[in-house]
Amino acid sequence: MSLSKDQVQHIATLARLTIAEEEMDDVVGKLSRIVDFVDQLQAAPTENVVPMAHPLNTCQRLRADAVTEGNERDRIQANASAVHDGLYLVPKVLD
Amino acid sequence: MKQDHDALHMRTLSELRRGLRSGEFSATTLTEALLERISNAGGALNAFITLTGERALDSAVIADKAIAAGNTQPLTGLPIVHKDLFCTRDVLTTCGSHILDTFVSPYDAAVVERMGVAGAIMLGKTNMDEFAMGSSNETSYFGAVRNPWDLSLSPGGSSGGSASAVAARLVPAATGTDTGGSIRQPAALTGTTGIKPTYGRVSRYGMVAFASSLDQAGVITRSAEDAALLLGVMAGFDPRDSTSSEEPVPDYLAALHKPLKGLRIGIVQEHFDEGLDADNEILVKAAIATLEEQGATTVEVSLPNLNLSVPTYYVVAPAECSSNMSRFDGVRYGHRAGNPVDLMDLYCRTRSEGFGAEVKRRIMTGTYVLSAGYYDAYYLQAQKVRQLISQDFKAAFEQVDVIVGPTTPTPAFALGDKVDDPITMYLNDIYTIGANLAGLPGISVPCGLVGGLPVGLQLVGPHFAEGTLLACAHQYQQLTDWHEIAPGDFA
Repeated sequence: MSLSKDQVQHIATLARLTIAEEEMDDVVGKLSRIVDFVDQLQAAPTENVVPMAHPLNTCQRLRADAVTEGNERDRIQANASAVHDGLYLVPKVLD
Repeated sequence: MKQDHDALHMRTLSELRRGLRSGEFSATTLTEALLERISNAGGALNAFITLTGERALDSAVIADKAIAAGNTQPLTGLPIVHKDLFCTRDVLTTCGSHILDTFVSPYDAAVVERMGVAGAIMLGKTNMDEFAMGSSNETSYFGAVRNPWDLSLSPGGSSGGSASAVAARLVPAATGTDTGGSIRQPAALTGTTGIKPTYGRVSRYGMVAFASSLDQAGVITRSAEDAALLLGVMAGFDPRDSTSSEEPVPDYLAALHKPLKGLRIGIVQEHFDEGLDADNEILVKAAIATLEEQGATTVEVSLPNLNLSVPTYYVVAPAECSSNMSRFDGVRYGHRAGNPVDLMDLYCRTRSEGFGAEVKRRIMTGTYVLSAGYYDAYYLQAQKVRQLISQDFKAAFEQVDVIVGPTTPTPAFALGDKVDDPITMYLNDIYTIGANLAGLPGISVPCGLVGGLPVGLQLVGPHFAEGTLLACAHQYQQLTDWHEIAPGDFA
């Protein structure tokens, strides 16, 4: 296994995912296979190659920093599970 | 048989357009006929997540009035279904995921909006792999889609619902999205025509993002002519997508008649390696011979880094996926875990309950390749190899106008066959992924049957050469009738 259980647990924490104990072996096995598979990239000669940041090798367009959307708070918040007076509710963050 | 062919559901979009305009039938009649067809014949396929019949009939009344007044737009009264990844105002947009299974979009995607303005009538939203992450449609929270050629087989993915619905003659056309082959591969496996345009050709505004530097919208149809009609409506600059191209949109329909004579076709040695099924190879080579008979010439070209395209993709796409998927936190939309004890618990349980196994796998792969200590070795290296792959295509297109080869290594595979092995599933996209990495347009057209199952021929062109691809595909479809063959049980 190229990844350990601890490494996978760490990745899951970074990704804000929980892995049930009974799924752990399967997840470690499959992720290790993927990492082994993409490891073949290491052998490619890429000295002096510029990383591709845009699929057409061009720059991103800029726009003015201006408000373009109307206020649709109620429509948008209709999709949230917990709102109150136009605010999103989350568990208490500070004691 | 004659009667069957005349049935409205058997006709192509272009034929329906002529029928509507000549007054042979009304938009209301057409809409009713297709809704009935979906309800009668579609049940076994699981191709739809949502049907919008009532709304469609209302739109049909408006279309009929427009036709009567002589006030038609390019698609007035014509039916369309959208992959359930395009946001549709006031209609469920699930992306095939539990985490969005109650999400009603407050706005329309650019593609949906443009089709609507052009007069198209939406009949529903199609099933797909969860967040477009899959090649078999089996990762959908709403269950796998079935292939109308054989219900035990996968239609491919991720736009499997769109492909299955078009192949089964439930609808003449459907939108799709293609991040690594998700339009072309299901088109190949269902005997339909599927085009993925150049990156930036069609606006991504309102497409739920998977891998933003690879995602592109396109269509699945029953002919290249229909694809040209729809692409002309979908394509064009949109200021709401920062990677949308300002390149002018040519008249794709007018370009269809360009003859094949003089067209330089690139044949890629690496396409015909041992991975390709022998029967597929015979059909692909026969299709190339057909193009040559019409005056096209073939040139052997090389894509030496093609074998690295799948591993490159499985670094770049999961990296972008892990970033895009971070928006699903249970706060603003979608599924939210019950009774969270704190914020971390809310995030972790919401996401773990809401995402399926493949999506989680890609989020974790992406998190790993972007994490401290691994970024240079994986992500940066993959972006460099991506540049090499792109340069290979660039060099090839200095010699040829179009690259022609197989779309997939094999015909459709059985549902359940590849679900336990992510790598085997990923390798299914070996021939399609390169175009996404390099931002190139590609189209798949049916080129024959193996054991009663369709096989796809893929054409890839330089940036913004959709007109050449559509013309070449159309000319091929004038010479062959593979695209007209319906699956036996759906003819």
